[in-house]
Amino acid sequence: MALLEIYGLKKAFGGVQALGGLDFHINNGEIVSVIGPNGAGKTSFFNVISGLFPADEGIIVFDGDHLAHHQPNEITRRGIARTFQNVRLFPNLTVLENVMVGQHSRTSSGMWATILQTKKQRAEEQMIEEKAKEVLSFFGTRLTGYRHDQPAFALSYANRRRLEIARAMATEPKLLLLDEPTAGMNPKETVELTDKIGELRDDRGLTVVVIEHDMKVVENVSDRVVVLDHGVKIAEGHYDDVSTNEDVIEAYLGRPAEKDDDE
Amino acid sequence: MSDPRYTRRLGLITGVAMAFTGAIGMIESFDERTLIDPFLTMGMLVLLGTPWAAGILAARGRPSPLEEPTRDSQEGARSGLTMGLVAGALTSVFVLIVDTFDMTQFLPNLRPAMVEVMTFGFGVPIGLLVLTVAAGFAGALGGAFFGMPDAPRKGLGTALGWVIGFSLLEVVVADILELRELVRLIYSPQGGLQWWAAIVIGALAWWLSGRFTGRAKRFVEMAKAADRWSGVRGSVYAFVVIALLLPAFVLGGIVNELLINVSLFILMGLGLNIVVGLAGLLDLGYVAFFAVGAYGMAVLTSPLSPTVNPEMRWWVALPVVIGMAAFAGIMVGTPVIRMRGDYLAIVTLGFGEMVRILLLSDWLTPLFGGAQGIRRIPGVTIPFTTITIGGVDPEFLVYFMMAFVALAAYITHRSMNSRIGRAWAAMREDEDVAEATGVGTVQAKLLAFVTGAIVASFAGALFSAKVGAVFTNSFDVVVSLIILVVVIVGGMGSIPGIVAGSFVLIGVLGGPKTPGLLQEFGEYKLLAYGAILVFMMLKRPEGLIPSVRRSRELHQDELTQDDWLDKAGDFGDEATEVAT
Repeated sequence: MALLEIYGLKKAFGGVQALGGLDFHINNGEIVSVIGPNGAGKTSFFNVISGLFPADEGIIVFDGDHLAHHQPNEITRRGIARTFQNVRLFPNLTVLENVMVGQHSRTSSGMWATILQTKKQRAEEQMIEEKAKEVLSFFGTRLTGYRHDQPAFALSYANRRRLEIARAMATEPKLLLLDEPTAGMNPKETVELTDKIGELRDDRGLTVVVIEHDMKVVENVSDRVVVLDHGVKIAEGHYDDVSTNEDVIEAYLGRPAEKDDDE
Repeated sequence: MSDPRYTRRLGLITGVAMAFTGAIGMIESFDERTLIDPFLTMGMLVLLGTPWAAGILAARGRPSPLEEPTRDSQEGARSGLTMGLVAGALTSVFVLIVDTFDMTQFLPNLRPAMVEVMTFGFGVPIGLLVLTVAAGFAGALGGAFFGMPDAPRKGLGTALGWVIGFSLLEVVVADILELRELVRLIYSPQGGLQWWAAIVIGALAWWLSGRFTGRAKRFVEMAKAADRWSGVRGSVYAFVVIALLLPAFVLGGIVNELLINVSLFILMGLGLNIVVGLAGLLDLGYVAFFAVGAYGMAVLTSPLSPTVNPEMRWWVALPVVIGMAAFAGIMVGTPVIRMRGDYLAIVTLGFGEMVRILLLSDWLTPLFGGAQGIRRIPGVTIPFTTITIGGVDPEFLVYFMMAFVALAAYITHRSMNSRIGRAWAAMREDEDVAEATGVGTVQAKLLAFVTGAIVASFAGALFSAKVGAVFTNSFDVVVSLIILVVVIVGGMGSIPGIVAGSFVLIGVLGGPKTPGLLQEFGEYKLLAYGAILVFMMLKRPEGLIPSVRRSRELHQDELTQDDWLDKAGDFGDEATEVAT
């Protein structure tokens, strides 16, 4: 069953057509990699789905609901969470607080409950903290213990990436959008994170879309690969098929020299 | 370890400072105020206190994190003297210029009277020498003071502090010691401490400081070491609470008045802190909500309210006023929801002024009395008692205000460490990401505006009951700015910080319309505010008592580096893991 279906998605910034009528679908429990050369519209695709930029045209159906023109927080509440290409944490909040913010849309205590400190509010605060700790333990001991109370800016680069994923997980999503999760990591960390992405699906039942440049990661992690170029899908399928597809090679490497003479 | 270049530079800066205080007329006008009867006026204190304080800095030498400054009286006196002579010479040049050229047309303060004061009445050629030598001497004294061994330095420091304090706070002390005879005993009829009273007070302070600081310290240590609710600790808490509660009835009207003003600004500071400090929305028109509270209360309770005058009781009117403030918060918040940073600041600044101008306008005069304001606002009656809290009995008002301050502090504290506070913090850090993480920024912003507005309306409702009348000039844009300065100087996001900031700025220097402890500063209040703000931004941008989060933010680099050091072991492990 398709969890997310997208038809004819268009988004332009000024004269630049970032997305030019994109069709896309992802089934429940799938891991799909989105690849493509720089400027192909991969991040714009994420930004539009997560509601950061409204789409110009097109239909987004998530879990049976139309999503276009919803606010980002509303989309998060419905079950789509994301990370950012250039890690965007709340740098001065602690590691634990960062993840606790993720629980915002799953909890409801208001100002009155907070001031009066009702039983429900206290229970909820405790629940938020436990949930946050549980999510952080997903990365083993890397983000637990004394790190809970460290400000996020003090983390190493790889840990910031992990924390961002943890924060997204804390929103209890059905669909997780990861924007270049292994960028800037060393080979060992990359392998480790690749396994973790698999675990997200196998142990936690999440559906995952990954934007990735590292082809090794793409090969290992994805059930299906979607290739974008100039805002449209140019190829789709299993990694082995896509990696030998001529259009894809052309998009990445350019046309062979002799064809250039025709122009 | 004095560096002659540093000493000379300090001397030049001090000289400029001395000349500046003269040029703005501070020394001349302060000279009329005697501090210690025959020989020390406040003008002299400012003129020579500056090189004295700079002498301390000169003796300490260039601040260095690596080495402790050496304390040596002779060495200190020598660098203090050099510094003071440079400063005095520079000031003399300034005085000479003022004496030679007539500049009263452009700068009316640069007149012969100022030259007279700054040359100690000796006139130009001799007086300049006297000024230079006096500055050098003051600098040397400061340097020597720094170099003294610990015990006498602390004693002398305490003694000086007490003497200066007693002489500066003459009016307040006289107000507290209501026994006129006693007042006449220590203060001279022309104003100022009697010289022998100064000696007695100084000696007493010296003696007491040696005797009691040690004991007090031991007592505090003991209390700290004791179990949480054991007798010792309990009695310390009890002592603190009584010490906090007693003053209003012991201290005179002036101090109570001050406490009321301070509490008013603590209250508004706490409210603004929710908007600016917690949610990160720079609101420069915060006074508008204060005005809503004050005018709302005035219209609802005063029999002289022009059109609508239901003459409610204060307590009945309060919920209505809160409702109005919440509505005002939404009215201001809604249009600026999508604005950020500078734009938000400018628009709120406009809103703040709009409220004041609307209140003054012909259109709303039938409702709010325009420039006439609304008078005869009754005080607060406490149910089941005969106590009425108004301008006439400040003691009860002090406690009443403290209760509201406590309420505001409680609201701040609760919301800071909760789902709402985290949402605000996230929004302050990165609005887009907060939204993508599920925080409804529209609701969060409106909630911050409304909560802030309600706290300000408490302040407004109390203010109108205290003064008994409201006029539009109490809601000037400068009030918004001063509340913001209180929050910034005290420490954004920190409750104790705002209390401290309010005491220092409003209590000591004075609020926008009210005098502080140092009443003489009235004219130079805003200048002092500016100086403090600049100093704080340079030396301690996180405020007097910073919040943890804020100081983290401002000292990120240092912290990150410390952290690298702490984690060096950690990283080593990782590196070896990779290698194997």
